[in-house]
Amino acid sequence: MHSFWYRLNGLLTFSVTILAIMCAIASLSDNLNTPSPSAEIQVMNINWFQKQPQGNDEVSLTMNISADLQSLFTWNTKQLFIFVAAEYETPKNSLNQVSLWDAIIPAKEHAKFWIHTSNKYRFVDQGNYLRGKEFNLTLHWHVMPKTGKMFADKIVLTGYSFPEEYR
Amino acid sequence: MGWIEENMKFTNVRKILSQAISLGMVVSLALMMWKGLTCITGSQSPVVVVLSGSMEPGFQRGDILFLYINKNPIRTGQIVVFNDGRDIPIVHRVIEVHEHEDTKEVDILTKGDANEDDDRMLYASNHDWLQQKYIMGRAVGFLPYVGWFTIIMSEKPILKYILVGGLGLLVLTSKE
Repeated sequence: MHSFWYRLNGLLTFSVTILAIMCAIASLSDNLNTPSPSAEIQVMNINWFQKQPQGNDEVSLTMNISADLQSLFTWNTKQLFIFVAAEYETPKNSLNQVSLWDAIIPAKEHAKFWIHTSNKYRFVDQGNYLRGKEFNLTLHWHVMPKTGKMFADKIVLTGYSFPEEYR
Repeated sequence: MGWIEENMKFTNVRKILSQAISLGMVVSLALMMWKGLTCITGSQSPVVVVLSGSMEPGFQRGDILFLYINKNPIRTGQIVVFNDGRDIPIVHRVIEVHEHEDTKEVDILTKGDANEDDDRMLYASNHDWLQQKYIMGRAVGFLPYVGWFTIIMSEKPILKYILVGGLGLLVLTSKE
C-alpha cells in the first residue's frame, strides 16, 4: 500500500484532478467580467468596384477602424481575435458574410487602437448584385482564453452602401 | 493433499477472472463516458487535438479543443473542425458565409489564422466552398498542452506498444 508505484499513482491522480478543477475555475471566472467595448468604422474610399470575368462583383475599399476593446481582457485571456465583416443580402442569398480584415490583439495595451487599412481579403460576391446595395459592417471579437470556454460577440454598424455604378 | 492443490488452482482461476472482469468494467466505463460525450455534444469526435500550427498563436500543436455542434447555422468567425474526405480533420476559422435564399444551404470558406491564403486549395475535388455537412463541430473550449500525449502516441507508434505491453505486464505480475 505504500510502495513507490502506489504513491506515484496517487500523486498523479491527485495533481491531474486539481489541475482540472483549477482550469474550470479559471474559465468560470471569465463570467464575472462585464465588458463594455466600443468601435467605429468609416469607409474612407471605394478604391474600385468591378465585375470580374466570371461574373462576380468585386470591390476594394479603404476603412478607418477605431475601437476600444480593453474591457474584454481578463487575467485568463490569451488573445483577442478580431475581424471586420461585411454583411448584406442579395436576391440569390438571404445572408452573405465576407471577412474583410482581421487582427490578433495579444494584450490589453493593444486593445485600444485606430487603423487605416484597405481590405485584407478580397471582397467578392456570389453574383453581381452589389451595385447600389446597402451593407452592414460588423466588428467581431473572439476571446481566446488561456484555458477553458471561448466566447465571442460583435458590434453591428449599419448605413454603408455600394456605389450605383462600377468604377 | 491432492484436493488442496485443486482448490488452489480454482482460486487462481477465480483471481484471474476477477481481474479480467475489473479490466472489462474499466474499459466499458471509459467507452460509456466517451459515447455519452458524443451524444451530449452532438459531434462524432467531441475532443480533438490540434495537429498543425495553422491557428497560431491562438492554438498551438498539442492543445485540445472541445467541440459542440447544434442546428444553429455556421457564421463567420466561428472556429470549425471540418473533414471533407481527408485523412485528418482541419481546425480553421470561417471567413466567408453565403446562405442561399432558396435552399437555406450555406457555402463556407475557411482559413487558418496563421495562413496567408484561404483553404480553397485544400477542399476536395475542386469544390470552391465547404458545406455545413462537412463540419464536425464548432470549437467552444480549449485546454493547452494536454494533447501532446496523443500526438506522441500516434507519431511514434513504438511507444504505444511499449505502453500497452508494460501495462499488460503490470496487470499479470501484480499481486492483487
